[in-house]
Parts: sequence; structure tokens; C-alpha cells
Amino acid sequence: MNTPPDLFYTSSDEWLRRESDGTLTVGITDYAQHELGEIVYVELPEIGHKLGVDAMFGVVESVKAVGELHCAVSGEVVEINVAATDNPTIVNESPYQDGWLIKIKPDAEADLTGLMDAAAYAALHA
Amino acid sequence: MSELLFELDDPGSASDYLPPLDVPEAPMPFAPRPTLDLPELDEHSVVRHFTRLSHQTFSIDTHFYPLGSCTMKYNPKLNEAIASLSGFAGAHPLQDEQTAQGWLEVLFRAQNVLAQIAGLDACTVQPLAGAQGEFAGLLMIRAYHDKRGEGQSRRRIIVPDSAHGTNPASAARCGYAVTSVQSNAQGNVDMDAMRTALGSDVAAVMITNPNTLGVFEAQIEELCAAAHQTGALVYMDGANMNAILGQARPGDMGVDVMHFNVHKTFSTPHGGGGPGAGPVAVRAILEPFLPVPHVKQTESGAFMWDWERPDAIGSLHGFRGNAGVILRALTYILRHGGAGLQRVSSDAVLSANYILARLKGAYETANPNGCKHECVLSAAKLKAEHGVSAWDIAKRLPDYGFHAPTVYFPTIVKESMMIEPTETETKATLDAFCDAMLQIAQEAITDPDMLRHAPHTLKVGRLDEAGAAKCLNLCWTTPQEAEECETPGPAKRELAGASTY
Repeated sequence: MNTPPDLFYTSSDEWLRRESDGTLTVGITDYAQHELGEIVYVELPEIGHKLGVDAMFGVVESVKAVGELHCAVSGEVVEINVAATDNPTIVNESPYQDGWLIKIKPDAEADLTGLMDAAAYAALHA
Repeated sequence: MSELLFELDDPGSASDYLPPLDVPEAPMPFAPRPTLDLPELDEHSVVRHFTRLSHQTFSIDTHFYPLGSCTMKYNPKLNEAIASLSGFAGAHPLQDEQTAQGWLEVLFRAQNVLAQIAGLDACTVQPLAGAQGEFAGLLMIRAYHDKRGEGQSRRRIIVPDSAHGTNPASAARCGYAVTSVQSNAQGNVDMDAMRTALGSDVAAVMITNPNTLGVFEAQIEELCAAAHQTGALVYMDGANMNAILGQARPGDMGVDVMHFNVHKTFSTPHGGGGPGAGPVAVRAILEPFLPVPHVKQTESGAFMWDWERPDAIGSLHGFRGNAGVILRALTYILRHGGAGLQRVSSDAVLSANYILARLKGAYETANPNGCKHECVLSAAKLKAEHGVSAWDIAKRLPDYGFHAPTVYFPTIVKESMMIEPTETETKATLDAFCDAMLQIAQEAITDPDMLRHAPHTLKVGRLDEAGAAKCLNLCWTTPQEAEECETPGPAKRELAGASTY
């Protein structure tokens, strides 16, 4: 299981990355894509959509299951990854890079202290 | 793989017995479609085509079909004999009720006997399926709270994570916010979490009992009392009634409204997607909200459609429900009688526990303390150690002549396989299935790669299910058209999906 050290992780298997421009990128983890199996459908919110803490922002669907996507931080959706909705397989192939899902502008300086680091997340699914 | 009728098209071969027109041709009231583009074949070729296809499928009449949560029991042929009596089969839903007294009595008696089995006061047999039963039940709950002036404040429905998968969807469909409550280590609803989730904004708790782990919610009375204390009602999904039929009544447990899946519990056919039926039984407080028309008996003993129900939630569809399915269910119920129905549930539970006992050494289980009518096994260890998933096991079983169990549900168990044998299988069949499952567990160790490519003996091998889902193709298309659909976007999916409804 791949868990890059520079990310923050949620117990519902999303990751968040702090970008230099103050936005946060959100995606699902390598563990999540592996558990789901080949993803056939990704549904993401509209740009400008406001998200509360832990709000559901979309859906990923595989042949096996449907998973809800939750965002641990409140903010506004500023970008969505159209490549992922057009070709969901890239979420399986590259969950942390090409298969990212949304970028949000957090409402305030994002407090990510409640989230897990890579070691804690890896231990959760050890 | 067999060719499609479209590919077998042989222009000029269709049997055409229509005599030449010997009356003046009248103008059509509408413009006919220029061509229908249907394939032309002689009748015998069509019969052979469909008979050949029927031999390539698995059905309850040909194979053991242990699909968890689906109760794929044998459909007694007596049901069909009764349903094909001309008085039933030849009736029309809009004929005058004076001439349909027999049909109305069937529906009336079904309403009564289902309410009795539920331990509740009234019942509608109108809903067409379990999910529509849930929809109807929730609309009645909403109407009840509206009538008491609490409709606006009660906006949440609590659904435990071990409930039937359709429950949260039905609640959301009715405009409610859904709160999920986790199960505890024993597979039951966590009562502390339930109490925390309950509040004056909760309209109802939706439970499935026994739940999707095949475990009876032992604290059901406490749960219902806690819900009622906050003014919420309790909805029970009756998908798993085959476990408790004649043994326990949901109404006695404190449940206020429940649906039956007669195509599961009462042996009406449900291959190929239906038609099913989802009758809903309710406590007296919800009786005014039952959908119209409701069948009632007048003082003179005659039966009639009752439309004069001002608080009713309305009608669920244009006609009267899948009456033929209700008739088959009533036939099954009357044929068994009370004692027979008790035997159904005790045999169903015995069969599931027999399978569990034989397989729990080779697979992990979510039911260490036994189960009700279905057991949940896991292939998590086989996957970790040998790279063989529940999916691979499901694909291997048809090679042994068995339909696969439900896999990856319940979602709270990793690599889950939910096995529901029902009461209508012999011990020899159960043993043959268990032998196959044990053999497959061995194959996972000795030849995992073979399992990953199963099935090996069927007309078709491992299908590209992800590809099929991404590129929905629900109509016959030419090979060229099919090729164009390689990397479909969401718009294509919606377009393709829209044509199914």
C-alpha cells in the first residue's frame, strides 16, 4: 500500500494535500482504489460548490461497490479533475497524482491536525 | 457465444400467414414508422434461439442459487396453476368491481393475512417491489408527522450500517437526511450510538431484522422503545422475513411499519428482475395513510375498491399492484398454513447454519455465534495470502454447477460472501455446495492463477464487467458503433442509462 509522506489522511480513505497557493487537493487513497477495484464512474461537484466539514462531495463507483467521497475541511470547490470523470481508470492508476479529484479553497487557514499522517494511516490498514 | 437474433436475420424467411387484404384500406390515424428494422426469421429458429439461451442461464429450476438477501427458494408449480385459472388470468384491472369479486377477495385476504403475519393492524398490497414498499412506508411516516404538525421538524432518518442497502436510498428519495449508525462487535446495532443519534428531529429508524449479517437484533424491543420515546417511528425492512416467519412478529417487537418482499419470502418468481411485490403492513396509527384504492369489505360482505380515504398518500401507480404475484403469495401462504410457515423459517435457519458449520474452517465468518437464514463468510485471508478474492470464488462456483452467493455485501465485512440457501434445498445439495466451496479454498492455495481466470467451463469466460459498466450498451449496435464507445464520458453514461427506464 502506497502512502506518500507529504499527505494528510482521513479514516474514510481520502487524502488531502496542502498546495503552495493555499488550496487543498483531495483524492482517494491507494488503499481505497485497491479495495474498490476498477472504478467505472466518478461524480464530482460543480466548481463554486460550498462544502461543510466532512460534507459528501461526490461518489466513486466500481463494479463491486459505490463509495461516498467526503471532504474533511470546509471550503469552496475551485477546481475539479475532469480527466477523472472522463476516464475513471486514472484514479486506480494514479490515485495521488493524475487521479486527484477536487481542489478546494478552505474557508479559513485549514486545520489538518485532526487528520492522520502517513504512518498512522498505514497502521490503520496494516 | 450465441448469435443475436439481429445477427441471424434472414430476410424473406419470416413465416407470413396473413391472407391478402380483402377490405378497403383505411387511412391510419397516425403516421406509421417507416421501417421497424426487425430481424426476419422463421418461427422455429426463434424458438430454438431462445430455448438455447435458456439452457445457458442459471435459474432456481436448474441450479442451487444461494444469493444472499434474495431468498431464491423454489417456486412451487401450484402457484402457477392457481394464477392461470381463467377467472384470474382473464380479468382486467379496470373491469367493474361487481364482476371482479373473486380477485378483490384475494387481495383483501392477502391484506389481512400479511397484517397478521406482521403482527400489525392493516396492510396494502399495492407496492410493486420492496423498494416501492419502503417508499410507500416512508411517505406514510411523513404523512403521520405532517398530520401532527411535526413534519417540518422531523427531517432525519436513522439507518444502521447493517440495514438492507436500499434503505438509505429510499430515505433520501423521500427527502430525508440519513444518519448512519454503526454495528457493534457482535454485528448488532450499537445501542449507545443509536441513543446518541436519536432526537426530536428524527422521523424514523429503518432497521432490517434479522440484519444483513444474518444476525437477529436482540435489542429490538429496547431500540423501538428508545425511538418511540423521542416520537420517531420504526420501519422494518422485511427482506429477511424468511428467518422469522411464524416465529416472531415485527409488530410485537415494536415495529410500526414494515414491507414484505413476497417474491422472496412467499415464493413468487423473481428471476430476471420481477415482477415482484412489496406489500406494506402498518400499525393502526398509520392506517389512514394507506394508498388508494384500498380493498375493503362492505357490511353486506361484498368487496370494493375504497377511494374515500382523505389522508391517503395517493396511488403508487396507475393500476392495482402486481395482483398476479399477490395471488401466488396467498396460494403459498394458504398451502402452508401457520404451522407450515413456521417450518419454513426453522428449516431455512437450519440450512444456513449447516453451511456455516461446514465452511467456517476454510473461510472466516462474520457469524461466530451462528446465524439466522443466511451466513456471511469472508475471503479476506485467502486474498491476503494467495491473492484470491471473493470475486474469483464467485466466478469459480458456476464451474461446479452453482450460482454464486452475493459478494461484497454487506460492505462492513471485507471480501464478503453472503450465502442464503433457503429451506427448499436437500441436504445432498447443501453438501455438494459445501464440497465445492472447500475444494475452491484448496484451489486458492494450489492453483490461484486458475481461480483468477475462472469460469472455465461455461459458454463465456471472465467478462469485462468494468468495461461493460463504463460503456453501457443496452441496445443492439453494429460492431462499428460498439467500437466508437471506447472512452465514454459521463454524458454517454447518462444517455445510455436513460434508455433503461
